[in-house]
Amino acid sequence: MPDLKPHVEFIGVAARIGVTTILRNVDLTVSAGESVGLFGSNGAGKTTLLRVIATLLRPTGGEAQVLGVDLASQDRFSIRSRLGLIGHSPALYPELSLVANLEFSARVAGAAESAAHDALRAVGLEQAANRRAGEASHGMQRRVEFAREIMLQPDLLLLDEPHSALDPSAIELVEHIVAGVLERGGAVVLVSHDIERVAPMVTRTAELAGGTVK
Amino acid sequence: MSNRFWQQAFAIARRDLDRERRSGEVAWVTIPFGAIALLLVPLAVGINQDVLTRIGVGMLFVVVMLFGVLTAVRRTNIETPAQRDAIALLGIDPVAEYVGKSMATALLLLAFEIVMGAVTVALYGLDLAGWEWMLIVMPLTAVGLAELGTLSGAIASSVNAGPALVPLLVTPLAIPLLLGATQTVEVKAGDGGNLSWLVLMAIVVLVLAIVGVVTARPLQETR
Repeated sequence: MPDLKPHVEFIGVAARIGVTTILRNVDLTVSAGESVGLFGSNGAGKTTLLRVIATLLRPTGGEAQVLGVDLASQDRFSIRSRLGLIGHSPALYPELSLVANLEFSARVAGAAESAAHDALRAVGLEQAANRRAGEASHGMQRRVEFAREIMLQPDLLLLDEPHSALDPSAIELVEHIVAGVLERGGAVVLVSHDIERVAPMVTRTAELAGGTVK
Repeated sequence: MSNRFWQQAFAIARRDLDRERRSGEVAWVTIPFGAIALLLVPLAVGINQDVLTRIGVGMLFVVVMLFGVLTAVRRTNIETPAQRDAIALLGIDPVAEYVGKSMATALLLLAFEIVMGAVTVALYGLDLAGWEWMLIVMPLTAVGLAELGTLSGAIASSVNAGPALVPLLVTPLAIPLLLGATQTVEVKAGDGGNLSWLVLMAIVVLVLAIVGVVTARPLQETR
C-alpha cells in the first residue's frame, strides 16, 4: 500500500541556533510528487529550515514529521539515508579524486561502487573522474554532489540555492534530477533568493520571511 | 555487529588513510618532525650514554603522544561542517564512524611508533632488552591514543570549541597510556611488574572504547 503521509509535515515548527530563534511557527506540507520552492531574502531562515527537514537541527517547538517520522523521536536517524541535501559549501574531500569521493559515499550508503562511474557520466564528468576534488572548479564540485544524489536516489531531495556556481547546461541537469526524484514518487524542497530561476523546477512556491512561511 | 556496520567502519578508515596518503602529511611532515624532536633531546642534555639509555623509551612515547595530539587536532580541523552533514545523511552509524576513524588513526600511529622506535634505538644507542613487550605495547598505545584523539575531536566539534580544546583533553588522559607503555618496557624482566602496567593500558583502551561507543550518537547530534 502506498505511503499516503506527506513527505514533510510541519505544524507550528520553531528552531533556534544557540539562543537566537531562527524559525517560528512554520507550517509546511510537501507531498510525494511535489517540488516546493521556498523564497526569501538573506537571513530569512531558508538554510535553517532545510537543516531541520534534513534532521540535522532539532526543532525546538511544534510538530515536525519527515517521511512519516516524528523529528522529536529517536527514529529520525533511520530516515537519514533517504534524504539528500546539497548545501552552499561542497562536501567533497579535496585530497580524494572526484570518483573516489563518490565511491566513498557508495560504500557508506551500501550502494555498489560501480554506480559512482555511472553517476559521474550522468553529470558529464567521466573524463575528470580522477581529478582531485581540491583541483576541480566549484561548478564541477557541485556537479559531483548532484552525481551523488543521482547515485543514492533519495526520497526527499533538499537543495540550497541550486543554481549557485552552475552554468546553463548544469542547470538543465538539476532540472532533470528534480524531475527524476518526482517521477520516482519522491519530493523536492529547494530554497533560493531568486524566484525566477527556480520557477521551472517547482510545482509550488512559498515565501519565507522573518523565520516563518507566509 | 552487522556487516553493514563493518562496511561503514572500513569505509571511514579507508577514506582517512587515503586522505593521509594523498596529503603526505604523516610521511613528509610528522615523521620528520618526530625524528627531529628525538634528535633535539641528546643535543639538549648532552651526549651522555647513561642518560640517553635511561630516558630513551620515555622520550619515544612522549613523542608518540605529541604525534597523537597532532593527529587528533588535524582530524578536528580537516572535517568541514558540510562534510559532517553529508556523512550523517549517508545514514552512517556514529559508532561505525568512531571505530573507523580510530582504526585509521591507530594504523598511522603504529607506523609512526615503529619508525620512531627505530630512530630512538639508533640515536640513543639503546639495548633491546625488554623490547619484546613492544609487540603488545605499541599496538595498545596506538589504539588508546587513536580512541582518545577521535573522542576528543568529536567533543571539540560538538561544543564548537575548535581544535584548541583537543590537546587539553588528550594530553592528561594519555598519561596512563604513556606511563603504562614506558613502564612495561622498562621494568626488568621477571619482576612481574610488566603485566600490571600492561593490564592498566588494556583497561584504559577498553574504557576509551566503551566511552567512545556510548557517546558517539549524542556527540554526532550536538555537533
